[in-house]
Amino acid sequence: MPKDHGIGASSKRREDVRFLTGRGVYTDDMNLHGQTYAVFVRSTVAHGRIKSVGTEAASKMPGVLAIFTGEDFKDVGGNPAGWLINSRDGTPMREPKRPVLAHGKVRHVGDAYAAVIAETYQQAKDAAQQVADDTDIEDLPAIVDMRAALADASNRVHDEIPDNQCYDWGWIEDNRAAVEAAFKAAPHVTSLELVNNRLIPNAMEPRASIGEYFPGTGDYKLTTTSQNPHLTRLLVAAFVLGIPENKLTVVAPDVGGGFGSKIYHYGEEALVLAAAKKLARPVRWTAERSESFLSDAHGRDHVTKIELACDKEGNFLAFRTETMANVGAYLSNFATVTPTFLHGTLMAGPYKVPHVYVNVKTVFTNTAPVDAYRGAGRPEATYSLERVIDKMCRELGLDPFEVRRKNFLTTDMFPYTTPVGLVYDTGNYHATLDKAMEMADVSGFAKRRADSAKRGKLRGMGLSTWIEACGIAPSHLVGILGARVGLYDAATVRVNATGNISVMVGAHSHGQGHETVFAQIVSEKLGVPESSVEIVHGDTSKIPFGMGSYGSRSLAVCGVAMTKAIDKIVAKGKKIAAHMLEAAEGDITFEDGKFSVAGTDKAKTFGEIAFSAYVPHNYPLETLEPGLEETAFYDPANFTYPAGAYICEVELDEDTGKVDVVAFHCADDFGNVMNPMIVEGQVHGGVGQGIGQALLESTTYDENGQLLTGSYMDYAMPRAEDVPFYNVDYSCQTACTHNPLGVKGCGEAGAIGSPPAVVNAVLDALNSGGHKIAHIDMPVSPGRVWQAING
Amino acid sequence: MHNFDFAKPSSIAEAAKLLGSDGAQALSGGQTLMPTMKQRLAAPSVLVSLTGIAEMKGVCRGDGGLHIGAATPHAVVAKEAAAHYPALAALAGGIGDPAVRSRGTIGGSIANNDPSACYPSAVLASAATVVTNKRKIAADDFFQGMFSTALDEGEFVIEVRLPIPLRAAYVKFNQPASRFALTGVFVAQFKDGVRVAVTGASNNGVFRWSEAEAALSKSFTAEALQGLTVDDGDMISDLHGTAAYRANLVKVLTGRAVTAAA
Amino acid sequence: MTQVSMTVNGKSVSAEVEGRTLLVQFLREGLGLTGTHVGCDTSQCGACVVHVDGKPVKSCTVFAMDVAGSSVKTIEGMANPDGSLGPLQQAFQDHHGLQCGFCTPGMVMSSAALLAENPKPTEADVRHYLEGNICRCTGYHNIIKAVLSASGQTVAAE
Repeated sequence: MPKDHGIGASSKRREDVRFLTGRGVYTDDMNLHGQTYAVFVRSTVAHGRIKSVGTEAASKMPGVLAIFTGEDFKDVGGNPAGWLINSRDGTPMREPKRPVLAHGKVRHVGDAYAAVIAETYQQAKDAAQQVADDTDIEDLPAIVDMRAALADASNRVHDEIPDNQCYDWGWIEDNRAAVEAAFKAAPHVTSLELVNNRLIPNAMEPRASIGEYFPGTGDYKLTTTSQNPHLTRLLVAAFVLGIPENKLTVVAPDVGGGFGSKIYHYGEEALVLAAAKKLARPVRWTAERSESFLSDAHGRDHVTKIELACDKEGNFLAFRTETMANVGAYLSNFATVTPTFLHGTLMAGPYKVPHVYVNVKTVFTNTAPVDAYRGAGRPEATYSLERVIDKMCRELGLDPFEVRRKNFLTTDMFPYTTPVGLVYDTGNYHATLDKAMEMADVSGFAKRRADSAKRGKLRGMGLSTWIEACGIAPSHLVGILGARVGLYDAATVRVNATGNISVMVGAHSHGQGHETVFAQIVSEKLGVPESSVEIVHGDTSKIPFGMGSYGSRSLAVCGVAMTKAIDKIVAKGKKIAAHMLEAAEGDITFEDGKFSVAGTDKAKTFGEIAFSAYVPHNYPLETLEPGLEETAFYDPANFTYPAGAYICEVELDEDTGKVDVVAFHCADDFGNVMNPMIVEGQVHGGVGQGIGQALLESTTYDENGQLLTGSYMDYAMPRAEDVPFYNVDYSCQTACTHNPLGVKGCGEAGAIGSPPAVVNAVLDALNSGGHKIAHIDMPVSPGRVWQAING
Repeated sequence: MHNFDFAKPSSIAEAAKLLGSDGAQALSGGQTLMPTMKQRLAAPSVLVSLTGIAEMKGVCRGDGGLHIGAATPHAVVAKEAAAHYPALAALAGGIGDPAVRSRGTIGGSIANNDPSACYPSAVLASAATVVTNKRKIAADDFFQGMFSTALDEGEFVIEVRLPIPLRAAYVKFNQPASRFALTGVFVAQFKDGVRVAVTGASNNGVFRWSEAEAALSKSFTAEALQGLTVDDGDMISDLHGTAAYRANLVKVLTGRAVTAAA
Repeated sequence: MTQVSMTVNGKSVSAEVEGRTLLVQFLREGLGLTGTHVGCDTSQCGACVVHVDGKPVKSCTVFAMDVAGSSVKTIEGMANPDGSLGPLQQAFQDHHGLQCGFCTPGMVMSSAALLAENPKPTEADVRHYLEGNICRCTGYHNIIKAVLSASGQTVAAE
């Protein structure tokens, strides 16, 4: 019988009640006395030199309170890159300043160069149009294509960066010669050039920010759509505006999805704070969806050549890749680590391949900044690997299931150091593959293919076996690799006098259900009902300094911090109980919410201990402080390594090129599972996004740098009809060896593992129909499939 | 969005008077016009809602076949035309999504003549008559290319009269993002011949595929189309499909429509 | 500015509006009913769906003045009279049919409209009907299950 509460139960989400009744409070739902409205004036050209910004007429328009331009922020700091990457030759990456508002040049369509603050939204909007009409920007040639950007030194996104290259990174450079030798000696080499398509995250809540300034105290408050309020506070206060951190509160209230795009600090946040100070009134801004398309950090956008060296039986000998990664016009906060350490270090997959070398050139272009989007680097690695393996299998006539099986690391090999520098602690890749094959009824595929043929459709099956490194991560390691932040997290467990519990966590929930899952863990560990535990997150004035939620880290890092704080509570409770029960501390046990003297029936309930801590009449005050509140910071010893096997089946209509995903099976190893219902939901969502990337979502700039897919009219979001029910399993569990919860993280898995499974299935379908097609780039749209069939 | 005066007349005469003034713009369901206004691509000074005019609403049988008031929402057509003209009802029931179908109207759709809209294909393939506040216009004369119709300034559609074919079907292939027709084909077989109207594909908006009409008039089977080719010279080419792809869709969907109708 | 009156969630309400005031602005800014969300500016995402005279409507794509006198229902009007979750809302919670919650009001309102039209929809019916509601979190799986469950049908997919 499944548990009905605590760890492992599918507890229903408490946050749902407010969301289902319209009582959630997202940033744009707030209304403040005296509030004013900001509207940004954004470049309509991809690349241009600002001659003058036309503020004069606009500043006299009705309701206009202030107009800001890049000039107003030229002396404050830039929005920094969070990770230093060195090139192969040892030189540091190029880091152009990213200003609050564009100054001197505009560098992508949507680059904000002015902001109007007015009494009403419409007035601000009208005046912003006036500014745009009166502004003189000299059009410069747009740099859109990465290859052209690297080749043409005369045309520069940033005048001080001659070849538009941020860095040329090799991983691991010392292994390069050995990899080349392995390729020379290999009996077979499969080569594939592919594009990992640029995606626009499209959290359904557009970004929004409200700045407040309190002249009486000099305090600032920023309410914003953030996945990590403390990180945002650090960036906007310490790096950009120079506000002391203790004078700025950042609140991320209910946030409507992030997927990476709300990790980063954006200029709009700094602007509303600066404007609030100037006007001494609240200043609010909410993105229109068209602004989101132009100005949210995009994801992916790699062009890769991958080669696989193997023997004729398909045993892997080496992988080698050359990638161009687009970072867009400016470095978003984690733009430099995403294509490097979140990508190159995964290029051995779950396989015992001896030699791997990865080269990544990162390129500035006149497009929106690109940064981490659900999966962040790991989907790119997985896609390259799983596509080239699939191609090799077809070339050599090998069974893709067997090829994976014979190349997998085996359970006796852990801990295993990969040739790209990670140490996998545990896993069982054969188990998830076996499970997926059972779920997918692989042996029944031939019959299903025949049934599809009767309906005039080609049917294909595609496999992807994936691994990721998440739960980021050990600060000492990321520090060596160039990170400019630590990646611990923190939690405070406050037991109130009446026995209920407030837990303040550094993680932030923007859909993941932390309020429920974290309470389940507290309930389990302290033997109290889930309903008496409140999870507080998202407000820097309430929570300890935590790094927020991304990289599937909430449970594996913050959840563990909370567990450690709970351990401290229990330890202190034992001391209090020992005193009250007149027993030795070592004789006190804690179980099911009761502190007992071992071997006796003497016991105190958790509530009695809590009460005593706050009403310490009978309390060891000479040796123990009153109160029952503990904080723990946790910095993990390693990444976690979830892995799994995904099998996709598609039906393909040769006449129109349309592909339908008819079945999708996921067998994942997430280690221990805290709430199965939520884990399944995370996988569903990730796979949905992966199917979107594989079949639908294209971010297209024309040669002038105009975004052709700037709305839902042209950017194809997956809809309910585009996806099937997903068949999800998480029963293959190898618990993480280095955190006490044994958890690995499940948030990104679906988006990492699914795109190659879909594309491999499409190619299987096409080849089964006699179409000798080696590859189609994502999104595998009907038009592209039809074109591939018809030459 | 720029501001404007809003008017909601309750009679055709009143609407005609309001729409006779400078800067006046008719608003029907608004499902296309309003997004356009949000982008400030349209900025009328007076917006005249036609949704309050009872005489412009409803579906009934009449001399001209099926008469549909111009302000009748798609959802109502989907329901009320089903017994009379199932292919038309199915088309109406497939436009946009349910919320769009609650508001969007046949009059608004054909007056806008979006090259990817569904209704123009049915109106053209049915040899319908478009009744305006001033005159009656044959469908063949009404549609004059992308976003262009025979409507004059101040003229608006009040009713569409669609002759009911013996057999008909509409098949569309969705543009994956907007869910408009990447290409849609309406095939209608009448006693005196077959009409085939194609939407979504051409730079010139909805058009009749005359070669297919001739072939299908001889034999109303998908096989009858086999020898035909579709000239892709005028086809739209964009990021969702090349001209050649759309030309292919025209032929494939026409065949499927014939099969569905037969 | 013009005074506009209508019935919202059973109560008579009125507020001053401009010609260009959208129904969603009337609800959110005029009445403080912020459960109805704005997720796009091209009438595609469906986060703003409400019922007008019983029909699902994108409240970002209708002018407040055009629905003067109508009866409007929003997500705030979907709970039971005692404030507990209504059956459809309860099904969304039971089946984890929401994550970030932003698309949820529109999803619930569209699903309610579907069940009013078609009390026993198939899986395909539900997927088709929700074509105009975009969710980025759930991959739709549990939304479909929730709606099928709310219709009293057993749900095959696990």
